[in-house]
Amino acid sequence: MKLDELTKGVFKYNPIFYLVLGLCPLLAVSTRVDNALGMSLGVFFVLVSSNVIISLFRHWIPSQVRIPCFIVVIASFVTIVELFMHGYAPELYGRLGIYLPLIVVNCIILGRVEAFASKKPVFDSFLDAIGMSIGFTLGIVGIAVCREVLSTGKIAIFGYTLVPTFTQSPSVMMILPPGAFLTIGVIMALINYRSIRKEGR
Amino acid sequence: MPAELIVSHSPHVRSDASIDTIFYAVIIALIPATVCGIYLFGIRALYVILVCISSAMLTEYVAMRLMGEMELSIDDLLHLRLPPPTGVIITGLLLALCLPPNIPLWMAAIGAAFAVAFAKCAFGGLGHNIFNPALVGRAFLMASWPVAMTTWTKPLTYDAITTATPLGLWKMQDIATPYMDLALGNVSGSIGETSAIALLIGGIYLIAKRYIDWRTPLSYIGTVAVLAFVLGQDPIFHILAGGLFLGAFFMATDYVTTPITRKGRIIFGVGAGIIVVVIRLIGGYPEGVCFSILLMNAFTPLIDRHVRPQVYGVKRKSFFVSSANK
Repeated sequence: MKLDELTKGVFKYNPIFYLVLGLCPLLAVSTRVDNALGMSLGVFFVLVSSNVIISLFRHWIPSQVRIPCFIVVIASFVTIVELFMHGYAPELYGRLGIYLPLIVVNCIILGRVEAFASKKPVFDSFLDAIGMSIGFTLGIVGIAVCREVLSTGKIAIFGYTLVPTFTQSPSVMMILPPGAFLTIGVIMALINYRSIRKEGR
Repeated sequence: MPAELIVSHSPHVRSDASIDTIFYAVIIALIPATVCGIYLFGIRALYVILVCISSAMLTEYVAMRLMGEMELSIDDLLHLRLPPPTGVIITGLLLALCLPPNIPLWMAAIGAAFAVAFAKCAFGGLGHNIFNPALVGRAFLMASWPVAMTTWTKPLTYDAITTATPLGLWKMQDIATPYMDLALGNVSGSIGETSAIALLIGGIYLIAKRYIDWRTPLSYIGTVAVLAFVLGQDPIFHILAGGLFLGAFFMATDYVTTPITRKGRIIFGVGAGIIVVVIRLIGGYPEGVCFSILLMNAFTPLIDRHVRPQVYGVKRKSFFVSSANK
């Protein structure tokens, strides 16, 4: 069924918690919820466009040089995102910094293009890309929510305060790299705990 | 009635030491330092110790329950029908002893819970942890709330006058503290680390009971002294100041996270001593005992692999001959 291609990326094969891909932008950008949202928008655009384009051209790309071809396509879309964000959201562009051009080598995008889009029809690839992007967004925003709440004591998205300050002495560690590893580990452990119990039943 | 004849294969263990007796001995050995800390820093220190121990115990019960290793209902908890807390009391107590006396109590509770949940139970519980849980708790608190973890109070004043630790004074302002104050503990610092004599009494008790190996503390403290002397520092000051005695006698001798061979323990002590001196002299923190032991904990499997005891009856390999004969 077609819908499976969409939902598998969200839950069953979640790129972050099941495939464990794309951890580099995840660790770096999940310090704040708005950074995470900006990053996942960029990944969404690049993943969907390159999946569709690669799927369209899959019969013409020689398999010996497929990786350079994929990189050219992905890099073009990343450049579009980068210029667009530089023009319309300069503040977000500044905060994402080097991690925006690094979407080119994001393992989720290269992985989906290589493993899925280069073998499957266009519409399937389109659905797969959307599902994987939603899965990535859920993961990175979920982690960013935990880290921002614990490291600043509040959540502020693009200037609007969603959760007001509730503690005067938040944990500094959560904004540092150990905080990201810790959050990913705890969430992964909870997911595995649930799936193990499900299997046992 | 004739004595019962027991037939068994080796090893023929004749000692009555079990995990629990060793843990009770360690708790007894920590009593002088604990009492000293409470005397110096007041009732506040006792609260920190109690909060740490109860938080550690509660976390252990919850984690064991989740891991399915213990059948314990809420009813049991309410009526205090609890199994013997093997080791977790020591984790809580050791963590409390290396915290500043004026730390907010909720931070102490979170630190103890983190130590037990992430450093001990996440690795599989008692005997499976890689890092010393109490030190992981301290490192976590240090990274999370650096200001609260470096606000020290003056001893015997009981009204929270903040000062720097002897090592902080030495590092920032180049002021030396008298040896007598360092030995008796009349200086600011963590609850249990200030009095070198109280810690020494506990350490000697454990060594005399053969529960810990004298090689680790001796090589650890000795390395710090020799290196400090060689680098032109005052060796006695560097031995007595900071948490070196607490770390050397009670944390570097942890059974689970340190090497099992005698040679390995000496390597562990020397390595930790080098790291302490490097952090104190070059690093950003004034004190490095916590990180030195944690770093050497990470090296423990490597040390154990390379320092294997000689198998009895096998010809000793000569370093030069063996490489030439190949």
